[in-house]
This record gives sequence, structure tokens and C-alpha cells, in this order.
Amino acid sequence: MRDGITNILVVGIGGQGVMTAAEMLARTALSQGYDVKKTEVAGMAQRGGVVSSHVRFGPKVYSPQIDPGEADLLIGFEAAEALRWLPHLRPTGVAMVNTLRLPPPVVSAGLYDYPTDPIADLAAAGIEVHAFDAGALAEELGNPKLVNTIMLGAISEHLPFPAEVLKASIVEGFRAYKPKLADVNAQAFDAGREAGHARATTHRSAA
Amino acid sequence: MSAVVQAKAESRHLLSGNEAVARAAWEAGVRVAAAYPGTPATEILENIALYPDIYSEWSVNEKVAVEVAIGASLAGSRALAAMKHVGMNVASDAFMTQSLAGVVGGLVIVVADDVGLSSSQNEQDSRYWGRFGHMPILEPADSQEAYEMVKRAFDLSEQYEVPVVVRMTTRVCHVKAMVEFDGERIEHRAAGFQKNPQRWVMTPANAKPRLPLMHKRDRKLRELSETSDLNVVFPGGDRRIGFVTAGPAFMHVRETFPNAPVLKLGFSCPPPLEKIRAFAGQVDTLVVVEETELLLETEIRAAGIAVRGKDILPRFGELAPSVLRPAIKPLLGEPWEVPKRSQTSVFPRPPTMCASCPHLGPYFALSHIRNLNIIGDIGCYTLGAGHPWNALDTCTCMGASLSMAHGMDKGRGESDEKKHIVAVIGDSTFLHMGMQGLLNMIYNRGNVTVLLLDNRSVGMTGGQENPGTGEDLHGLPAPRVDFAKLVEGLGVRPERIRMVDPYELPTIVKLVREETRMEEPSVIITNRPCSLTDRFERLQPYAVIDDQCTGCGNCIDLGCPAIFVARRETVTAKSGKSKELVFARIDANTCTGCHMCVETCAPEAIVQPQPQNRVIRIQPHA
Ligand SMILES: Cc1ncc(C[n+]2csc(CCOP(=O)(O)OP(=O)(O)O)c2C)c(N)n1
Ligand code: SF4
Ligand code: SF4
Repeated sequence: MRDGITNILVVGIGGQGVMTAAEMLARTALSQGYDVKKTEVAGMAQRGGVVSSHVRFGPKVYSPQIDPGEADLLIGFEAAEALRWLPHLRPTGVAMVNTLRLPPPVVSAGLYDYPTDPIADLAAAGIEVHAFDAGALAEELGNPKLVNTIMLGAISEHLPFPAEVLKASIVEGFRAYKPKLADVNAQAFDAGREAGHARATTHRSAA
Repeated sequence: MSAVVQAKAESRHLLSGNEAVARAAWEAGVRVAAAYPGTPATEILENIALYPDIYSEWSVNEKVAVEVAIGASLAGSRALAAMKHVGMNVASDAFMTQSLAGVVGGLVIVVADDVGLSSSQNEQDSRYWGRFGHMPILEPADSQEAYEMVKRAFDLSEQYEVPVVVRMTTRVCHVKAMVEFDGERIEHRAAGFQKNPQRWVMTPANAKPRLPLMHKRDRKLRELSETSDLNVVFPGGDRRIGFVTAGPAFMHVRETFPNAPVLKLGFSCPPPLEKIRAFAGQVDTLVVVEETELLLETEIRAAGIAVRGKDILPRFGELAPSVLRPAIKPLLGEPWEVPKRSQTSVFPRPPTMCASCPHLGPYFALSHIRNLNIIGDIGCYTLGAGHPWNALDTCTCMGASLSMAHGMDKGRGESDEKKHIVAVIGDSTFLHMGMQGLLNMIYNRGNVTVLLLDNRSVGMTGGQENPGTGEDLHGLPAPRVDFAKLVEGLGVRPERIRMVDPYELPTIVKLVREETRMEEPSVIITNRPCSLTDRFERLQPYAVIDDQCTGCGNCIDLGCPAIFVARRETVTAKSGKSKELVFARIDANTCTGCHMCVETCAPEAIVQPQPQNRVIRIQPHA
């Protein structure tokens, strides 16, 4: 973090909840008294395109964009998408990655290849990588949509404010608008927090 | 109702630029707001629609939206029109003359430039319109400024009786940042239309005397710009370079060179040239950082002020810190090396049509018929140019398909002799600007086969309503245009108007074949809703029975993103030729059960399994 500014890049594909997760981080940072900017490049996100959401907060934020090499944290909702954005991460940065693989039609059609092991590629770049199957955790908790909260839980210990603050703001949000989902999201957050410790190594593991 | 709509003065909110514009319009007492959707401006009107005090509508195109706003202004009401950059081209006929006549109630045009060209057909710079149309331009750099400047724009518009342009870019529209409200709605009484033909009837005799008045107004606006508190100097200790900049580029400059003096232009047209001259005198080198064209730079240089700009900076795209650093550092004698970073190469993820999109059927047909020139238009169906259909040959601007197709028919070249000419257009685009092309083609006895893809939605921009959907901006029932009657009224013979279910692949292939062979214009109209709207009904997903799939790959050609290649096999046929088999798999989470692909599968391997436990799906709308 430079000049007290935290740069978080949240990436994935349309429909995965990338923007919702980024919004959550932005709102929580705001509640902690930071100046915040959040911007998206979602060129046709609804049509299965790449989505990247930039969240920047600190004492005073000017540019909303995170330049290549400037992200402190990378939250990847899909394995190859995390790899795509690796150049945006600082050498000292942390990547938190869902191991889900979603090959697009052009890969399925044989025009391009899906990287064999994107997690290993990330780890080989020398950054700190944590990877786990957030979808499986969500299934265990009974709702695939929990992936969002699980990923936020996973990154929560790498933020400049306590993990509990993020958890409270997520759970309170649900309590206000969808009270039935508040408890399960609290569980999802904790499950993510636990899973976020999983450290990927450069060994080509079965990611 | 949303929290922002009810929020009191002195509250703080995390808002996008578009949301901030809506709140400002409400506070400014706007009574009428009109727009046609377009990224990145669409949410301006969607948010204004949340404020019951404002009459708001989706107009059929940007020209109509501006004219609606002009009418309201002449009645004395404050009015706003919003659009994306290319909308200004369509609207320009209206504002170019109204600017001469002037306005009564404050009239503000909010335009959003797609700097970086992420979702448009070009990257044009709306700041030219201010010069061309003699209209002042305010340029916010973030949400807070968008909020403040929209309110200022209304006062300015009324004081100088001129339409005011607020120029936003994607990095204002879609960036969320803190906004502090400093007021609530102030009603502005509308006195009613005051008849005054000399003023409002722009015949040559009436328009001519307005010209000197307009130039007088320009002079006054120039003086105002010189003293405006929207044009501010941010002092800096390092005077080797001083920057003149506006909009989000200001944020990038501040971020990259925090110690350099900056003259930030909020009131950027007409530019405060004397203020700039004075500023230039205080720094060693003056650099203009402007998105996107070299406009201020030309004006500053013409005023005899030495300036650098597009000789070192790119002439297109965003001027983000990563662009500024390598361009400017050498001027400071500080060479900048792009830091070495890990490079990755990951497959592209081009946007694609949705599962069960009603456009898939027509493109399946178009990709299977030879000898067609397929003249396209703008909408989700423009994606038909891509994989796997490769069945769209042109896309220029909204409504162009019909008229370009007609021109191509009349101007057939040698290789076109045996070709059939097809135009593909969506419902919203047809109503925006396409109808005129059809009328023109009929009148001039052209011969084009038109595919009017009516998905009852403005799909591309997120599923807005239009006169063909039966609902208005507020989701209330509205009169619905009858496309068959409409095209018949324009002169298409009833026999040549064919309604078709786009999911019935054999029928649509047959119809397109038949109609392209006709020696007269025909219109084929599809009738299934966009899969992302409430009008679409999701059914139980289909599946491929693995041992019944022969690997013909036919269903893959449909391009439905729920259908994947399960595996490939190369086999040798009896003739000795080797052939690749492609076996399919359907992703149950993505499939909507539309049944379309079933028609492509001769061995009947695509079936709907017995209803199972309810499937929870990822929602396509973020
Ligand atoms: C002058 C202009 N205004 C707005 C837009 C933004 N825009 C692109 S496509 C489109 C409409 C698409 O609707 P439709 O023709 O119904 O096709 P669909 O996307 O539903 O398939 C709009 C509004 C534009 N490109 N140009
Ligand atoms: S948004 Fe609607 S029209 Fe556009 S691709 Fe998806 S289903 Fe088709
Ligand atoms: S039924 Fe076939 S065409 Fe329709 S959504 Fe499912 S896989 Fe796609």
C-alpha cells in the first residue's frame, strides 16, 4: 500500500457478482472514514464478457483506476480470469482465487486453450496466492450465490480494517433487505475466511 | 423508493456520476427529462425515473429527446436530455438551431463520451459541439462535480438563454464516489409558453437577427469563463510543468504528478484563454492533458501561448496514469522505464449472445445460406458478426442497415450480381431511425430482404422499454406499435410480411431462402422476447444423451452458450478421408429450456430429462 491507499481488483465474468463484491468493499471502506472510488470496465458484461472492478480507498483518492502493477489485492472469481489480471498485481500483492474454471465458447470450440493450471501459473510468478473451490463451499452451505460472501470472507484478513467490520457490514446489509439470508451469509463469510488460509504452491497441484 | 431519492441535504452517499446527475436534476427543479438509452449514459434517465416530481420518458431517439426538452423549456420548465456521444449526432439538427433561438426554462444536455471505446461504434469528442453549436460546456471530473455542475448548468442556461452541455465520460458516469448533498428540490415555476414568432419561428428573416446576438452571448460567456470559480488553479511546488486539464483526466494528472501546478477547467467551453495565459507564465512548460481530441491545445496555441500536448500524448483512449507517466516523465528529464511485470496470455472472452437468445435462430439461418450480403445494424444482433455465425457484414450507425442495403442493391458491383441483399435490424433500432430507411427503399423500388428482430427489448443496453414493448420507462402499460401494420403502412406488400417464431429453425431457414429470392422488398419479423427480460419464461433445461450423440456438431453451430464441446474425435471415413467429430454437452445451469437446438439434432440426442430438483442458477443480470 502506497500513500495509505489500498488498491483492490475484483475480477471474473458477467453474472458472477464481481460488481456486488466490489460495492461491498467500497461501502465498508467508506464506513471506516476512507475516501473511496470504485470503477468498472465491464465491456458487455451481460454477454459473458470479462468484468473487472477497481476499488481504491485511502485518505484521498484521485484516479479511480488501478494501473498495471499497482493492485495490492486481487480477488479472482474464476481461475483463468485471475491469471489474466496478474500483471495488475504488485510483486508484493496477494491473490485470492476461486478455482472455478469457466471456459468460454471460443475455448470450447477449440479456437483457444484454457491454461492447464492457472493457479500454479500465478504461484510461479512469485506472488502470494491463496486458492480454493468457493463453489463447493457454497454448495455445502446450500446456495451457489454465497460464493460472493465466501470470497469476501477469504480476503478479509488482508484488509487495512478488521475482518469483523467487513463481516458486520455484509450481514447487516442482508438483515436489512433479505433477513432470511443473514445467518447463512455470516457462515459463508467465516467459511471463506477459513478457506482463505489455503496457500497455493508452485507445485502443479490438482487445483 | 431508493434511499438517495429520499435523502436530505447534508447527507453523504456513494454514487455513480449518473446517479449524481439524477439527484442534481431533481434538486434543480427539472420538470421534464427525456433520453434514448446508450452506454454509458443509460442510467441517468433510469435514475431520474425514480423521482416522481419529474416527468421522464424514453424517447424514440436522441433528436426526439432533445426536442421534447426544448418544448418543455419554451413552456418555461427546466428540462434535461441525456445521451451517449453518438446520440449528439442524431440530436444535432435540433440543438444547432435552438441554440440560435435560445431557451426559456433551463435546458441541459448531458452527454457521455465513451473515452476508451469500450461499448460504442466510435470514440468521438463531444466538446466539439460546444464550439459548433455555440453552447457552453461544463466538464465534471467525478460524481461530486457532476452533482454540482448539473445544478450550475441550469442557472447558467437560464441566465444566458442557452442550452448548456454537461460533458461526462465513462469514468464519471460509471465511477462510484462520495457525494455530499447540499440541498433538496427547489421548484421552478413555469410561466407557460409566451408566443413570439420572431423569436421562435426560425425563418431566415427571424434567424438572421439572432446571429449577432448569439455572438454577443459567446463573448459574455467567454468573460464568464475567465472569472468562473469552476476554472481553478491547484498550486504545486514543482513548476517545471504546469498542466491544463479537465474531466477525469484531472484526476489522473493529480494522481501522477501531485506536486505540479494544475489549471483545472470545469467551465471548459468557451475556454478561459487569458487565465490559461497567466497560468502559462508561472510554469516552465505548459502541457494540455485532454481526452480525446486535440481541441483545447489548438485553441491555446492559436492564442499565441506555447503549449505541449498531443505531440507527446496519445490522440485517443483514456489518459490514465499509466499513459501519462511514460509520456511526461521524459519532459522532466526523468526517463521512465516500464517496470517489468509478469506477462500472461489468456484466451479472449468475447461477448456472445445469451442462451436461448431469439437472435440465434435468424443467425443460424443466415450462416447456412450462401450468396448473401448481410448489412447490419447496432444491437445484440451485431454479435452475429462473430463466432460461430460470421453472418454480419457491416455495422455503421443506428438505422443504417436498411438504407445501406438499399444503396448496395442499387450500386451492385460485379461480384454482387448473384448476391441477395439482406438487412438485419432490431426493434428499438428500427423505431429509432430504421423506419425511414425502409420507407425510402419502398418509395424508390428497392429490393432488400429485411430481418426485423423484434425481441421486445433494447437488449444491448440492458433491456429498456421502447414503443414496441408495451411498457414505458416506469414499467407501466403503454400503447404498443404493431410492426406488421407499420411496415405495411410504409408500403411493404402484405404477402411479403412474414411473422416467424425464431426458435423454429427449419421455418426460418426456409423463409429467409424464399424471401431473398423475391424481386421485391420483404420484411421477416421475429416474435420471441429477449431472454434476459421478464417477458421470457425459463423452462426445464435440456441435456445431450451421450451415447446417442453422433458428433455431427450441428447444434454447436447454433452458437447457444449453453452448448459446449464435450470431446472431439478424428475418424476415418470409408472414402479414406479423415473427419473430425464434435460431441456436445449442454450446461444445465445455463440452458433455459427454449427447445431451439432440438431442431438441429437429427439423431434426437437432445432431450428434456424428467423434472429434477429445482436448479438454482447464476442470474445473468449482475
Ligand atoms: C445514436 C445511438 N444511440 C444509442 C446507441 C446505443 N445502442 C446501441 S444498440 C442499441 C439498441 C439496440 O436495441 P435493438 O435494436 O432492439 O436490438 P437488441 O439489442 O435488443 O438486439 C442502443 C440503444 C447507439 N449505438 N447509437
Ligand atoms: S440480451 Fe437479449 S437480445 Fe441480447 S443477446 Fe441476450 S437474449 Fe439476446
Ligand atoms: S434448449 Fe438448447 S438452444 Fe435453448 S438454451 Fe438450452 S441449449 Fe440453448
